[in-house]
Amino acid sequence: MSFHLALVPRRTVTPLRQFLTPVAALLVAVLIGGAIVALMGKSPVTAFNVFIREPLTDPWAMQEVLLKATPLILIAIGLLFCFRASRWNIGAEGQFLLGGICGGGVAILTHGMSGFWILPLMLIAGAIGGLVYASIPALLRTRFGISEILTSLMLVYIAEFLLDYLVRGPWRDPKGYNFPQSVAFSDSAVLQPLFEGGRLHAGLVLALIAVAVAFVLFRRTLFGFAVSASGDAPRAANFAGFNESRITVLVFLISGALAGLAGVIEVSGQVGQLRPGFGQGLGFTAIIVAFLGRLSPVGAALSAIVIAVLLIGAESAQVTLKLPFDLTRFFMGLLLMCVLLGETLNRYRLEIRRDGA
Amino acid sequence: MIDTLPLIIATVMTAATPLLIAALGEHVVERAGILNLGVEGMMIVGAATGFAVAVLTDSSVVGLLAGALAGMALSALFGVMVVFFATNQVATGLALTILGLGLAGLIGQDFVGQPRAAIPPIEIPVLKDIPLLGKAIFTGDVVFFLSLILIVLVAFVLNRTRIGLLLRSVGENHVSAHALGLPVRKLRFWAILFGGLMAGLAGAYLSLIYTRFWSPGMSAGRGWIALALVVFAAGHVWRLVLGSYLFGGITVAQLHAQAGAIALPSQLLSALPYLMTIAALLVLSLSGRKGAGAAGSLGQPFVPER
Repeated sequence: MSFHLALVPRRTVTPLRQFLTPVAALLVAVLIGGAIVALMGKSPVTAFNVFIREPLTDPWAMQEVLLKATPLILIAIGLLFCFRASRWNIGAEGQFLLGGICGGGVAILTHGMSGFWILPLMLIAGAIGGLVYASIPALLRTRFGISEILTSLMLVYIAEFLLDYLVRGPWRDPKGYNFPQSVAFSDSAVLQPLFEGGRLHAGLVLALIAVAVAFVLFRRTLFGFAVSASGDAPRAANFAGFNESRITVLVFLISGALAGLAGVIEVSGQVGQLRPGFGQGLGFTAIIVAFLGRLSPVGAALSAIVIAVLLIGAESAQVTLKLPFDLTRFFMGLLLMCVLLGETLNRYRLEIRRDGA
Repeated sequence: MIDTLPLIIATVMTAATPLLIAALGEHVVERAGILNLGVEGMMIVGAATGFAVAVLTDSSVVGLLAGALAGMALSALFGVMVVFFATNQVATGLALTILGLGLAGLIGQDFVGQPRAAIPPIEIPVLKDIPLLGKAIFTGDVVFFLSLILIVLVAFVLNRTRIGLLLRSVGENHVSAHALGLPVRKLRFWAILFGGLMAGLAGAYLSLIYTRFWSPGMSAGRGWIALALVVFAAGHVWRLVLGSYLFGGITVAQLHAQAGAIALPSQLLSALPYLMTIAALLVLSLSGRKGAGAAGSLGQPFVPER
């Protein structure tokens, strides 16, 4: 006798279930992660303390968490627009890098100068850099019908090589002992701490503004509705007169600009110079953030903090527990899978049926 | 030039083979209407597992098998999720790639930098003695010859057999196929397993035959290029072969250009395969085959009504 699995649509999904689904997914992923840590011969309890408890209790680490969450929030908010519209921008990492390159470029070209105008110019240059870079896959899709998935991803590799070229070539610090890195930015090109002795800078404020604006756009405007409609019911959206190509381009421009802004904030507020690897894969991690937050702006902000806690925990786990960063990467993939399974269980009831019945 | 030509052809073949094998697998998956963006992840896990097992058992052939099976194990995870739980294929594939990159790092961490001897090549008697090109084309590793068989096998099964027809109809329109009583989910799951097996084998080829050492991130986007090749093939296996060898050629050409100190930044040359991928997709579109060749139900989740 054999059985098969049937998915039966739920008529209603309560808000409580919608909130609890990603929480449950997170718990399941943490449990599996703990089991793997145990398999690797380390204590899961110690790992839990390092990964989750310490970043949340130590005030210094808490600041680091918010600093790490800042770019994640910005990128994920942009990705919401794409993913809600079922446009698959998976190259946010490249747009993030281009933002850092363009904004950092302003800092390098104005090196030694001072002025209140330098930082705003950098932020604008970064956002435009990301926006222009994101427009490439968008236009390739709308003009030539080329899948945006592959082109946006290919552009990540190209951005990495561009950054590598710049910091080893024209933008290399002449006094940097041949290290592949630019000069350290002048004070006017660095996002200053919001309060004395701290490290938090205005980037977090910009990220929270992005959350609020996205919230209002999706709740209160026709544009937000058109974006969601073109993802959920593309045919209906077409009949309603929403222009498919225009939505594609707009969601890509928004997400590119926000990823670019995140990139310049990262180099200006955190790194203080251009160097290879400043992206740290945050553009990919933000995809997980967006899904863990169930594609809602507030959800993205909360998930960004959760993920940032894990990333900060992972940094100290590398030192104290000798747990490789690959474990964290593995966990991130696992978490995204749990979240996606949760989405299915949110929408459908599972039924085990006997074949032929 | 005449002396180096056979050598160049041989390196193009080893550069093209992993792309071709991974792309053949994904081609079958996409014919069945499933988009698996996890090729890169399955490939790198295949590379790490294949290398680790080869070192532990001291047999590269066992390593190749283990790599293929590791790719298949990951694809089974993907298959259960997208086929039986109808999860979003783009996001699930991406999750598989992220998970795979991490897992491969964990599997390979104790094997970084260890060298591995080459598998003795297979030589086809008589034909290899053809002057000039004989030695290049009729001497090769076991997987290269396997890939030639796979090309024929995939083309034949998809286009000339009943199971191939069923698979393609499931991919073309899963609702109709289901209404006709075809086992949509079962067929898709098998196709996904085949894709995983191929991606894993392609990865193991990279670490055991192409470079002969393991290093983290060594797949370097080849899984994504294989995905692009499937789009470029627009449903035809022969175009898949052409595309793979074109890319193998570009990879080798840019390596030669870097070694020959051509006055171009090395980063530009390294970026060439990725730029060429975009260019190839653009050429495909300009030649008027916009969206042609993709299976009708590609990427859409399927939940049977009853």
